[in-house]
Amino acid sequence: MKTVRISLIGFGAVGQGVASTVLSKRDFLKKQGIDLRFVGITDSKGSEVDENGIDLEAAISRKKDTGSVATGDMTALEIIRNVKHEIMVDVTPTNIDDGEPGLGNMLSAFGAGRHVVTSNKGPLALRFSELNEAAEDNGLFFRYEATVAGAVPIFNLVHEALAGNTVTGIEGILNGTCNYILTRMTEERMPYKLALKEAQELGFAETDPTYDVGGIDAALKLVIIANSIFGTGATYHDVDVTGITKITPEALELASNNNSVIKLVCEAVNGTLKVAPRLVPKRHPLAVGGTLNVASIQTDLAGRITISGKGAGSIETASSILSDIIYIARHV
Amino acid sequence: MIISMTLELKDIPGQLVLALEPISEFQGNIMGVVHQHEEKTPRGTIPVQVMFEIEQSRLAELTERLEKSGVRVARVGEERLRSSVYVILIGHIVHSDMGDTIDKIDSTGFAEVVELSLSMPGIDKPSSAYLVINAVSDRELDKALDILRDVANRKELLLIETIRLNSGGT
Repeated sequence: MKTVRISLIGFGAVGQGVASTVLSKRDFLKKQGIDLRFVGITDSKGSEVDENGIDLEAAISRKKDTGSVATGDMTALEIIRNVKHEIMVDVTPTNIDDGEPGLGNMLSAFGAGRHVVTSNKGPLALRFSELNEAAEDNGLFFRYEATVAGAVPIFNLVHEALAGNTVTGIEGILNGTCNYILTRMTEERMPYKLALKEAQELGFAETDPTYDVGGIDAALKLVIIANSIFGTGATYHDVDVTGITKITPEALELASNNNSVIKLVCEAVNGTLKVAPRLVPKRHPLAVGGTLNVASIQTDLAGRITISGKGAGSIETASSILSDIIYIARHV
Repeated sequence: MIISMTLELKDIPGQLVLALEPISEFQGNIMGVVHQHEEKTPRGTIPVQVMFEIEQSRLAELTERLEKSGVRVARVGEERLRSSVYVILIGHIVHSDMGDTIDKIDSTGFAEVVELSLSMPGIDKPSSAYLVINAVSDRELDKALDILRDVANRKELLLIETIRLNSGGT
């Protein structure tokens, strides 16, 4: 049995999803010969640290009962630097201004010799090259499947399954909120504002929706794709971004009359990065509905490969995080 | 209609003007001329390919005039608009002079707007339009889209283009 010690930095919806997923997969992991031991968990109020392994069930119920996992006040950085472990899992909220606290957590983890698994887009969209170099310089794994398209394994697919292929272009729908709004506008002939309100009531959209409907979230994901797959060193400012706020029900109807739908499409082709509403034929593989995400990858050997699935949700995101953790556990 | 015509000119000065003048006279819009000076025909004439737009009813008369002036018309063919794309525009389409927007494409000679559906929900609300643009080839279609992007940008219209469909595999 291989014991892999983990610090879980952030214990919101995704962090708790990771904990409960690891609990539910305990037998499976045992069969794989992997013992995942959580030695530190933090949230905004404090932390729990136990070098012999935290009782995840107790941690989840304490969080539910008291609003915090905290039993002590060791900070995330103190845990990352001073508590012995192999993998730091950063699931802190995305911050696109300076990437903190995720950026500091990740750089500290690499400095302390920890592999990093994350769902946090901010640091990768802002400083991908720096993070990647820090991982490489220290001979550590840097895995971030959960940052783009939730459960859909885009990076695993390209780097592992399609290894040897040259990717010539990627198109995708990477923001579930926009896709939901456009789908509802099409199906119910709803005006944009009403569809947005419905998305907010269902918890698919934030109170301030700009980040999603302005195309910013999709652009950040496209930047991560461009860096990871094309190694372009692109940042958010290199993306030509148009959101969905100006889309009218009439435009969707005109599209529909001509067997098309309008989708917020991310595109990385010929060195240009673009997020914009686009016409997609109804029967095209990119024309997925609801909150689904999709990525269509054009390669030289395999041709075009398209995958779609759930782009959000705590368990779906935890699926990608667990996959990254298992990958590292198998390779260390 | 767009016509592609192969003419044979005598190898003496002034023949090209002799060939092109009648096309203009018959209100033809010349889009391209390929003059193959080094490729003489067995008859010693020089082949020239001319692409132009002209009303169908005037074509026969033009051909006759060319032949009379000593220009041999070796081939006449209709150049079809083979490439097609559809787009959607959103914004104050009518008030930003829709005629001008369409004109910018039609006046290229190599592309034209062949279909337009317009939806105007209210005076103060943005309109939505569905346009089909045809062009002589994909290259010309790209040029037409570039023009449309520029016009949309200037008139603050949202242009929604079709995803690339020709990148294979779909």
